[in-house]
Parts: sequence; C-alpha cells; structure tokens
Amino acid sequence: MKAGLFLVSLAACLNVSLAHAGGDPEKGREQYRSRCIACHSIDVSLAGPAHRGVFGAKAGSVPGFDYSPALRKSKVIWSEKTLDRWLANPERFIPGQKMGYSVSNAKDREDLIAYLRTQTR
Amino acid sequence: MLLAGRDAQAASSTKHAAGDVGILNVALGLEHQGINAYTLGAQSGLLQKPVLDIALKFQADHKVHRDLLIGAIGKLGGKAVEEHSLDTYAKALNAGQLKTQEDVLKLALSLELGATNAYLSVVPSFKDHALAKVAARLAADEVAHWAILNNALGMPLPAAMLFGA
Repeated sequence: MKAGLFLVSLAACLNVSLAHAGGDPEKGREQYRSRCIACHSIDVSLAGPAHRGVFGAKAGSVPGFDYSPALRKSKVIWSEKTLDRWLANPERFIPGQKMGYSVSNAKDREDLIAYLRTQTR
Repeated sequence: MLLAGRDAQAASSTKHAAGDVGILNVALGLEHQGINAYTLGAQSGLLQKPVLDIALKFQADHKVHRDLLIGAIGKLGGKAVEEHSLDTYAKALNAGQLKTQEDVLKLALSLELGATNAYLSVVPSFKDHALAKVAARLAADEVAHWAILNNALGMPLPAAMLFGA
C-alpha cells in the first residue's frame, strides 16, 4: 500500500517535471515580451530584477536590486517547480513580496519557464 | 482599549499604504522605461513622420502617467523610484538591434502590451480602490497605444480577452 502511494506520488512529481520540460522556449520568449519586459529584462535590473541565470539561484539574490524583506529572507531556490508557484500567485507563495503580476494560464507559465531556463549565465 | 484599537487600525492602514506604494513604484518603473524607450526610438533616426509624431505623443502620455504616479506615491508618504540612465534602458531593450522603423514599432508594441497586462494584473491588489481605478485608466491608455501601433504594423486584430490574461 505504502509502495503504491509512493509510486503515485512519484508519478505526480514526474508529471510536474515533465510538464515543464515540455514548455516551448520560443513561445516563452513571446510570452516574456508580452508579459514581462515592461518591468524586467534578461541582463539589466529595472522595476524588477534581471533574469539571466535565475535557475538554481536563491530568490532575492540579484546584486544591487532593492528586494522586499520577504523575498530577501526567503530560502527559495528558483527551479521549474518554485517558478511555477511564484508565477501562479507570488503573494501566496512568498507573502509580503512586491510583484503584483501573476500568470494564471499553466501553459503560458510552462513556456515562460522553458524560456527562462535557456537564459543561463 | 479604544486607543489600542486605533493604533492597530493605524498600523494596518500604514501597512496597506506601503503595499500600494510598492505597486505604484513598480508601475512608475515601467513608465520610466516606456518614456526612455520612446526617446531611444525618436533618437534612432528610424522613425519617419507621422510615425515619429505619434511616438512622441505616446511618450508625452507616459510622462503624464509618470507625474501622476509620483504624486500618488508622495501623497502616501512613499519615495518614488528614480529612472535609470538612457544607456541602461538601451541595454535592457537591446536597442542596438533596432534597424528599421518596424523594429522600433514592434518593440513599442511589446512594451505597451506588457504595461497593459501589468496594470490590469495589479488592479485587484490595491487596498485603496481609488488607486485600482487609476490603474485601470492607465491600462486603458496603454491599450489605446497598443491598438494604434498594432494597426500601424498591419498586425491581425486581437482575440477577445487578450489583455490581462
């Protein structure tokens, strides 16, 4: 029974992982241009922090950016899973943060995350 | 007891104002970027009349937005974020890649869409409903800019419910 539950949980985790792995970075680039660039860029921090190298980085760690205390103190490491939760509802994920924007469509988040994954250091 | 209640109310009000200031400052940041993007477009020499005149009109609108936001932030006791240098925006927007008038208009189209989506997204986040209405009015200006740019580029008409999804 426990082994069965473990397999179900494992399958659920794999599903989440595979779902993000299936995101389309090119569509994500378009999503980025239509949703994010008013406040963000890949290489320069503006109203929001720069995004290059976000995967694997600690939340609130872009040098020189004025983060909310909530984000600075957070121990979140950005991954497909944490970015998905963040983009879906930033305030629910890290209460007290400053980003008022969210992406309600799961496929759009998936594509955005696939694009951000390509923006490595 | 009553005073304690007032203190709690005041603290709550201060917290709400700080939250609204944070949202307004993000909005101000995107207006700074919009103003500088139109400066980059105008200085590029790529925009021909009457497109240049339209771009400068849109830039003037963004300056109205900027001043309105700075005023609202000040009234709430906040400190308005300052704009970055033009070079910073040029780097952020890859201005060096702009080679034609169409490139400039497509960049402006993206920024106006991004701003529209950003304003629509924060409408429910404001604690002060009057500020939510201001955000909705700002979004309306941005979508008006977007529609004119979209038409100038000969792009297809937008699908229903495109904005703020």
